[in-house]
Amino acid sequence: MNNEALGIFINFLFSIVVYSIPLLYGTVGEIITEKSGSLNLGVEGTMAIGGVAGYIIGCSTNSVTVGILAAMLFGALCGLVFSFLTVTLQANQNVTGLTMTTFGLGVYFFIGNGLASSGKWPIMTEHSAIINSWEAKIPFLSNIPIIGKILFSYNIFVYLAVIIAIVAYLYMKYTKMGLKMRAIGENPAAADSLGVNVIAYKYIHIMLGSAIMGIGGLYMGLNLGGSFEGSTCWINGYGWIAIALVIFAGWNTAYAILGTLVFGFFNTLQVYNTDLAYAFPNVLGWLSKIPPHLFKALPFIITAIVLVAASIRKKKNPNEPSACGINYYREDR
Amino acid sequence: MKKLLSMLLALAMLLTCMVAFSACGDEAANNSGELTLENVKVGAIYITSQNDTAGYTFAHHNGITTAMEKLGIPAENLYIVDNVAEDDTAVSNAIDTLAGKGCNIIFGISFGYLNAMNDAAAKEEYANIAFSHATGYLANETNFNNYFGRIYQARYLAGIAAGLKSLELGNDALGYVAAYGTEYAETCSGINAFTMGALSVNPNAQVYVKTINAWADETMEKQAAESLINTYNVCVIAQHCDSAQPQLVAANAGVFGCGYNSDMTEQAPTSHITAPIWNWDVYYAEAIKAAVNAPASEFVNNIGIYYGGLKEGFVDISPINAAAASEGTEEIVSLVKDLIISGEWDVFSGVKLSYTQDADGNWTIVKTDADLVTNTGEVIVTAGGASVDDGVIKGSMNYYVAGVVAE
Repeated sequence: MNNEALGIFINFLFSIVVYSIPLLYGTVGEIITEKSGSLNLGVEGTMAIGGVAGYIIGCSTNSVTVGILAAMLFGALCGLVFSFLTVTLQANQNVTGLTMTTFGLGVYFFIGNGLASSGKWPIMTEHSAIINSWEAKIPFLSNIPIIGKILFSYNIFVYLAVIIAIVAYLYMKYTKMGLKMRAIGENPAAADSLGVNVIAYKYIHIMLGSAIMGIGGLYMGLNLGGSFEGSTCWINGYGWIAIALVIFAGWNTAYAILGTLVFGFFNTLQVYNTDLAYAFPNVLGWLSKIPPHLFKALPFIITAIVLVAASIRKKKNPNEPSACGINYYREDR
Repeated sequence: MKKLLSMLLALAMLLTCMVAFSACGDEAANNSGELTLENVKVGAIYITSQNDTAGYTFAHHNGITTAMEKLGIPAENLYIVDNVAEDDTAVSNAIDTLAGKGCNIIFGISFGYLNAMNDAAAKEEYANIAFSHATGYLANETNFNNYFGRIYQARYLAGIAAGLKSLELGNDALGYVAAYGTEYAETCSGINAFTMGALSVNPNAQVYVKTINAWADETMEKQAAESLINTYNVCVIAQHCDSAQPQLVAANAGVFGCGYNSDMTEQAPTSHITAPIWNWDVYYAEAIKAAVNAPASEFVNNIGIYYGGLKEGFVDISPINAAAASEGTEEIVSLVKDLIISGEWDVFSGVKLSYTQDADGNWTIVKTDADLVTNTGEVIVTAGGASVDDGVIKGSMNYYVAGVVAE
């Protein structure tokens, strides 16, 4: 393997991580939500609102930290609306989630077009602190050849996502609060009878999940250079893929890291297929002969295969929260 | 009490009827009167929101409003149905709405509107409305045409600018992020024209094409531009896709770029050279005039299937950015532009262009007869032959010319 070919391969791996991490935010957020017994189909909209709010507030304060906090806050507000409608008012979760998506995208275009038409849309390159934090790399470690690029050269959001996924895993598996929250997802009436405050737990976890989705939205915005294009949204369907990835990852936030990368692998392959064929003409030359439409369909074909395989096993995935998607009405006990 | 209520209700209904009839009277008066630029009603069906600030719908909306302004048509005479999906029922409903408002001409801007527009134009009750469809291929002989443009001519000019940059940098590799490849004559002819423009100044130029199989996907556009720079070390990124992402990537990586649709120098002030752009208002003004000057049944007779180019001012390139362009770009581009406008020469012909500079620094065009060859060696036009612009208009161009590397 010559150096040039190796370089192309490393770029491919690098690109997989950079472009698929927003999915991890969405997936982890949705897993937390579903594990506490709510199916929130509003991931796309929540990410859009978190992203646009985080970006604008981050730029106006010229701080990525403030941007992240704002993205979380506005994501959590979406979660609050969803919780109020589904937990307190007992609205249908599917419909409410879809509404949140429509609402979120509407807010995104409303704010974006409003600011852009008056020339007030913030330009990322004019905010030095944002650019610097986005492009910052881990010192020393990122300079190691090969390993440095593959493991230590990402922006802080990538590491933050992995940390959040692992912490969420530990939280759900090993803490008392996590146990209570999972109990609500399995059988809220039983949890209630044991004295768990179902309503409060649902509110907290839906909002927490939505806050994490919000960071994912901000990531997508920053990755696209904060450029507002008028008729397309930064999130671009990633919210929906995140919902599919929840099942792919078996409601386990640690597996979600792996699931994200598998999905990202196929997603990135549709861009890098010709590059890899060019780098390794003997081994991977066939990649450039495959019709591009197949690459486009591959991630979804894989998801379909996983779903079919899961249902063939006949045994239900023990991690799937039984009460997910069903509203809990205390008087029904 | 009940009696009183029912009487009130009856009165209200009567009033409504009267108002409705009087409105009908107005409408009738309007229709029987002479159609002028003051009272013509323009209808438009958009794929996304009329409030967009960039992108495809924005470009068309801007074109229609600019044309109306130029013609002195009051802005309130524009009726819009926006966010209309490419779905026959949705488009038919939009047409009914616009026809109900009394529109005299209806524009549909998205490709997938073609069948619904074709059907509506054939209806007897809509025979007095002119229908005009962008980017499609269906038309009838009376009141339904389609329109598009020779954007490849502008791409040839952008190719010249990119080729000169590659000469200056001593790097023959150019990159091109394309929505689609040979599947669409629109994208394919653009890639070919850009390549031929680059080859006319740099005979060693190679254009690496990356197709993303989507008209608008910012993430993929960015990723594709990155891969072109990282893998093939290209020095200019051209694009046939909606967003400015490829230009942002080029600016960030320290290479140059040619955008599309709008002057992307705004997004990449030091790296963007020039962008092929559309002046949709040129057509919209022509079409509205045609609809006003003659009955709808004569519409197609007057305007035909519209396929304007540089000559009509329908397509052009954005002002060349001196901060990024190489020396001589402005001069050569304007020479070739004049040549194309004169109608003596067109891009896909058996005549190749090259340029020489005399001692005073003046450039002249040198024409050489040469085969137009695909990148697999097939001859499309023999040396000296006429341009195959038919292949672009009718959509049969499905090959890459020599110089394109698509694998």
